[in-house]
Amino acid sequence: MSTALHNTAAIAGIGQTTYSKCSGVSELALACEAVSRAIDDAGIEPGEVDGLVTYTLDSSDEVEVANSVGLGDLTLFSQINYGGGAAVGLVHQAAMAVATGSAKNVVVWRGMNGRSGKRMGQGVSGTIISSDIIHWSWYMVYGMLTPASWIAAFTTRYMHEYGATSEHLGRIAIAQRKFALNNPNAAGYGKPLTMDDYLSSRLVAEPLRLYDCCQETDGGCALLITSVERARDLRQKPAVIRAVCQASSRGQEQMTSFYRDDMTALPEMELAARQVYAQSGLGPDDIDAACLYDAFTSEILVQLEAFGFCARGEAKDFIADGALEAGGRLPNNTHGGLLSEGYIHGVNNIAEGARLIRGTSCNQPEGVEHVLVSSGVGVPTGALILGRD
Amino acid sequence: MSLSRIKPPMTEDNGWWWEEVGRDRLPIQRCTACSTLRHPPRPMCPQCRSMAWDFIEAGGRGTLFSYTVLHHPQFPGYDYPLTIAIVDLEEGERICTQLVDCERDDIKIDMPLELFIHEDADGFKLPMCRPAA
Repeated sequence: MSTALHNTAAIAGIGQTTYSKCSGVSELALACEAVSRAIDDAGIEPGEVDGLVTYTLDSSDEVEVANSVGLGDLTLFSQINYGGGAAVGLVHQAAMAVATGSAKNVVVWRGMNGRSGKRMGQGVSGTIISSDIIHWSWYMVYGMLTPASWIAAFTTRYMHEYGATSEHLGRIAIAQRKFALNNPNAAGYGKPLTMDDYLSSRLVAEPLRLYDCCQETDGGCALLITSVERARDLRQKPAVIRAVCQASSRGQEQMTSFYRDDMTALPEMELAARQVYAQSGLGPDDIDAACLYDAFTSEILVQLEAFGFCARGEAKDFIADGALEAGGRLPNNTHGGLLSEGYIHGVNNIAEGARLIRGTSCNQPEGVEHVLVSSGVGVPTGALILGRD
Repeated sequence: MSLSRIKPPMTEDNGWWWEEVGRDRLPIQRCTACSTLRHPPRPMCPQCRSMAWDFIEAGGRGTLFSYTVLHHPQFPGYDYPLTIAIVDLEEGERICTQLVDCERDDIKIDMPLELFIHEDADGFKLPMCRPAA
């Protein structure tokens, strides 16, 4: 197991725009604002940034961002595939660059008009014939075009095998909404959610209802990653990368890994768990808070099992009694997450992970030493453990 | 349905499958080197890496492995609520299709299903399933 990424790099800057339903500006503008703020948050000069990483789904090229923000020479530029599965993969690229010397100060970002522009929830389409579009075509032809529909088919089987119910999913939605009530930049700010609200919300893709689905958001979020040594000299308390990885497993498809014998677990997330625990020397008992990828509520249940917080099928019991809420065993998505803060494709969840280590979350639990963050569920993914310096 | 459903783009890897469906057959790709079945079709056998393949015609019997009933968003060319079924075929492969002729409350995991080739008004054919008689 690689240890080169253990305690080598740190998140030293966080930048984010306002999150809204209609930004009124271009995605490039959102990217530039987020990147610029991450640089300022860390307290370095734009010319010191020598690496940029984003999503293949991001519409802003690295050099366009560099020209707008006034960056200098770049020695790393990279884009990660698979939608939200890219999220901590961006940090992985940055940490590898820092560890190898390929770049010293890397900014990773996602900027998207996810509500006023291209909406993920409105389905896939495509005219360029690639292996990717042939993959989607097996489902598109039947009208199964949306992330909710793909995750719903997985969720039905999971709930059938383990006896999870809509109320269990509702608890996750409500737990994260409670956190969002303290986050002025969250879509759920000022909007309490009750179990009655949840259960009476409209069906989207059974068993998933409106409040099982994440927000669609306009906004940008960026992180600056540099060496731990450099981070110590910068403006913010470093969120040290204890471990970071990508993970994809046999039978993996984009969102539709329907052909595995067992469709109630996430082998790729279990692979991510094995890697980050081995790299860091930590285990689930050492994790004090989490930002588990939450495009849909059911994804939280299966991730709690993949990361070993409970046994297979027991997540519905683990979350009883507020385990994911303030004061619980594992406060999760303390900013509200993708469900109740906004959908910046998971980069905003990483930002919250760094805030939890800094001690600056709007719902800061006491004594947070280690935070677990994950990438998208149902796609090639990854995981990240952040810790105090 | 005023508009027709989204049609699959075709390449060498999947076009043959849709051609067979157009002939009212439900094909399952088979490696001719090691006889392993695979679906969805791909160019190489993950068991033995042979690129030689033919297909068998599925018998059309299966059971419901999982499903979702789609309500929102609604796309032109489809009727809602729209039930998508993940079906275990008796041959051992799994297929994603549409379940029809079944009331919502009658949908049960593991229920026996029969697959058939449906023809849209525009002549496009695709497999669907319904409760076994």
